[in-house]
Amino acid sequence: MTMQFTMAISGFDALYIFMLAAFAGWVIIGHVPAILHTPLMSGSNFVHGIVVVGGIFALLNAGTPLEQTAGFFAVLLGAGNAAGGFAVTHRMLAMFQPSEHKPAHAKHGHHNARRSAKA
Amino acid sequence: MLNIIPQLIIGSTDLAAAFLFMYGLKRMSSPVTAPSGIMIAGLGMLVAVLASFLYAFGVDTSVKPHLLVNIGLAVAALAIGGGMAWWSGKRVAMTAMPQMVAIYNGMGGGAAAAIAAVELFGNKADGVTQLVVTLIGALIGAVSLSGSLIAWAKLDGVISKPLRIRGQQALNAVVALATLATGGYIVAVTGGMLTSPVATSGLIYIFFGCALLFGVLMTLPIGGADMPVVISIYNAFTGLAVGLEGFVLQNPALMIAGMVVGAAGLLLTLLMAKAMNRSVSNILFTNFGVVTKHKQGDIKGSLKPVDAGDAGIFMRYASSVIIVPGYGLAVAQGQQKLYEFVKLLQAAGVSVKFAVHPVAGRMPGQMDVLLAEAGVPYDMIFQLEDVNDEFANTDVALVIGANDVVNPAARTDKSSPVYGMPILNADKAKKVYVVKRGQGKGYAGIVNALFYGDNCDMVYGDAAAVLTKMIEAVRALGTKAAA
Repeated sequence: MTMQFTMAISGFDALYIFMLAAFAGWVIIGHVPAILHTPLMSGSNFVHGIVVVGGIFALLNAGTPLEQTAGFFAVLLGAGNAAGGFAVTHRMLAMFQPSEHKPAHAKHGHHNARRSAKA
Repeated sequence: MLNIIPQLIIGSTDLAAAFLFMYGLKRMSSPVTAPSGIMIAGLGMLVAVLASFLYAFGVDTSVKPHLLVNIGLAVAALAIGGGMAWWSGKRVAMTAMPQMVAIYNGMGGGAAAAIAAVELFGNKADGVTQLVVTLIGALIGAVSLSGSLIAWAKLDGVISKPLRIRGQQALNAVVALATLATGGYIVAVTGGMLTSPVATSGLIYIFFGCALLFGVLMTLPIGGADMPVVISIYNAFTGLAVGLEGFVLQNPALMIAGMVVGAAGLLLTLLMAKAMNRSVSNILFTNFGVVTKHKQGDIKGSLKPVDAGDAGIFMRYASSVIIVPGYGLAVAQGQQKLYEFVKLLQAAGVSVKFAVHPVAGRMPGQMDVLLAEAGVPYDMIFQLEDVNDEFANTDVALVIGANDVVNPAARTDKSSPVYGMPILNADKAKKVYVVKRGQGKGYAGIVNALFYGDNCDMVYGDAAAVLTKMIEAVRALGTKAAA
């Protein structure tokens, strides 16, 4: 027996991981206000860019030109997913700024404490 | 097998990445913490990608001769793919964001499919479970790739009309069945249950060809208005494909990240479909865009055009204004002008709010991004459920480039295609101004009773030009008062 930390993930282990991760995703996203839905979609799009790691693994273990070609595309596309997703999400989120000051003569509606949380 | 040190490093960075992704997404749930959220997730990605090169220590002896070439290929692919996407992501206009997200998403699906291809061509699957999961992941990833590309083409205007042919549904079903049958055949052949006259690699090509074709056929008949929901579905698909390939590669970080996005994408899809008053199956499997003619009840009243300057001055002397922006504003590139006008109103003591419908823009939340880009602070932007009760106590509702989302028929007219859709109650304001390019109808192609209401005046013209006139009129007022 070789010394190793990773153990094979069986089908049922995988189902447990999938179930918990899906639940986590559902709960995390459930609390996102509609105002952030576009950055959120591109942000979650960025997160599945982690596929590039799988692509690198597949490419490093490729033994034939065919496998190398497929692996090359896996890394190429995965890197595009990750880099592009990050770039657009970061740009969008940087645009969301709070008011610098409250309007001087606000007559009503600005007492909504939940909305006026300051950064 | 990997040596112990690289194994430890990869294991801990992947664990860290999975944590940072979830923590980052969590922080994205508020505009205050969101910018740091994406940085945190980005950090997770960076360490995971760097650590993944340590897999080089664990490759099979038969692959060792190729290792240097493979590392070179990986670095080149990272540089090219990452560089090009970064470059385009930094330059894309905010109005073109939906199609850009579609492209990036398609790339992720393609990457998952390509990983599956490596596993399949190399016959690396360890047992029938892994093989089946590889194939399912490959199918979903390939559909997401070709489907996202079609979605991009539609949103970008490359394909302008939904393409429908006779027997479309039957054809889709045949292609789907062919894909599944090929997949099943590959499993049977690999498992030694059958001997194939065709080489396995040939079968794999057929499998991918069918899957890609299915993605194209499934997306072509869907109308442009429904594309945001489609992108969201494919986002969830890619997540699922990544999660499944993560299982195949025995990588928990991929499994967790993929499945988190899969679930999040599903929830987001349902929220969007609800806001559009459509069901997801309705969007995917019925041909939207064939607007069924319905009898419009007689609408009383008339359209009353007014001068932009007069409307501007009226708002200057109001005490509260709620602005309902729609995609027409973005088409006219009027967001900056609008915020300039709003600042004038605020300086004059008017309370101003923005009311954004969930599906304003071409992607949920896109209008919020466009307003933010113009400098509107997020605490002035209100969502439907938070602001809808306030219209009744508001002096003026200013509707710019929006139509169906303020159509009162959604509340009352059961025969209307928009019936049941949540709308902004702009018609309840004491005064309504509608800025519109012409007398045309909205996306749904129906007359809007709001425009004929006694309290509503129409300001015709390009949104940016109209706003310029309003700004000039209010400014002229200010100088007169000062003189």
